[in-house]
Amino acid sequence: MISAKDINEHTPWQDLTPGAEIYEPGTARAFNTGNWRTNTPVFHAEACKHCMLCVPFCPDSAIPVKDGKRLDFDYMHCKGCGICAEVCPFPAITMVTGGAGK
Amino acid sequence: MNHRLSGNEAVAYAMKQVNPDVMGAFPITPSTEIPEYFAKYVANGEVNTEFVLVESEHSSMSVCIAAQAAGARAVSATSSCGLALMYELLYVAASCRLPITLACVNRALSGPININADHSDSMGARDSGWIQIYAENNQEAYDNFIMAMPIGEHPSVRLPVMTCMDGFITSHAVENIELLDTDVVRKFVGEYNPEHYLLKKENPLAVGPYGISAYYMEQKVMQAEAMKAAKARILEVAAEFARISGRHYGLLEEYKMEDAELALVLIGSTAGTAKAAVDKLREGGVKAGLVKIRVFRPFPGEELAQALGKTKAVAVMDRSEGFSANGGPVFAETRSALYDLRERPHLINIVYGLGGRDMKVEDIEKIFARLADIAATGEIGPVYTHMGQRSREEKV
Repeated sequence: MISAKDINEHTPWQDLTPGAEIYEPGTARAFNTGNWRTNTPVFHAEACKHCMLCVPFCPDSAIPVKDGKRLDFDYMHCKGCGICAEVCPFPAITMVTGGAGK
Repeated sequence: MNHRLSGNEAVAYAMKQVNPDVMGAFPITPSTEIPEYFAKYVANGEVNTEFVLVESEHSSMSVCIAAQAAGARAVSATSSCGLALMYELLYVAASCRLPITLACVNRALSGPININADHSDSMGARDSGWIQIYAENNQEAYDNFIMAMPIGEHPSVRLPVMTCMDGFITSHAVENIELLDTDVVRKFVGEYNPEHYLLKKENPLAVGPYGISAYYMEQKVMQAEAMKAAKARILEVAAEFARISGRHYGLLEEYKMEDAELALVLIGSTAGTAKAAVDKLREGGVKAGLVKIRVFRPFPGEELAQALGKTKAVAVMDRSEGFSANGGPVFAETRSALYDLRERPHLINIVYGLGGRDMKVEDIEKIFARLADIAATGEIGPVYTHMGQRSREEKV
């Protein structure tokens, strides 16, 4: 049974799965979808109170949390929608134009 | 067991014998009786199928897709505009490689709105990736449905199967039929045990992911390969079926083709009428024969070329228009299949029977008369014509 990490754009059709089935959960983590981003949120750690409001508002899973504290953005999955910056009660998230920048 | 059943009841009875896990049910003439009969079986406790009443055919096929992906065996029945409303989901079912079984009771597509038989509905879905098997009569409708699951569910195939029969002519006419014992059917069809399914909790599965350009083409090649592999599986299942029923099926049926010089190629109930015409002509010394295409997807191109290789003139009969301005779909496939022959028969296309327009033995005889003329003179005349319509011009 082939694992998602062993499938890439060079895999011949004979080695792919019927119906493009994926035989494991959570494989979206492995795919860079942050390259769609046209605007980018910037995290200002010094202004963050870790109120966690931004985390559930993120429509993706681009704000990692560890030990009750939010970490910097997961730019591999952030689409730059700006909702986090909109809901942040503090000046802890600002948006900049462009997808590549940080 | 000898019985007298309509085509719809025969298929509903086959469904009862199989006892599928799920049926997505929505009524449309002339297939309505199938879920109607089946609802009685459910109400009587004769099956333990989850009978899901939905609000459209788009949903009945969606129910089947979800159920089959979950690991259940799902069936449905539809006709005409109902099949058209399933169109998007037909592709989803096939590309997700979910071996759903669908009874298609062939009916004309609108418009003008019409409830009678022709093949425009299933012919419109011929490129959706479904296996298509057509019945000539009630017996075949019953037999084809029972063979569908062992074909589609086989790991070398994993494709959905559409079993087709002509609306009213086959679906509503009551004929003598031999039914198999239910335990024989259950044993023949077996349990559905897919390797991967959504409810297999020890192995989470994602079905129907997005396929970017770097993956889509590979998936289509896999589907194409599965469709090619289906030919062998269909014959294997037919051989197994012959052992339990004594009835023999191939990808196509050759009728009096051994020495035939003039032949028809056709699909569905008109084959019965045409066989009567062939018998009549044979009595008069005409070397007439016919090839009935039973399996249209995968298309038995090589087998058809072989069957027609020694004929002089052939009429390919299409019970759907197609509007290619170059002949119907059966004609296009047949002409393509014959291209590789060193010596090809003369070929004409006749579009007939649209919206339930009748086709009689005498009409078939007229076609053979035209073929005799072509064989004698080598003059084909118009290649693509219609038959049975009122016209100011002389008939075919």
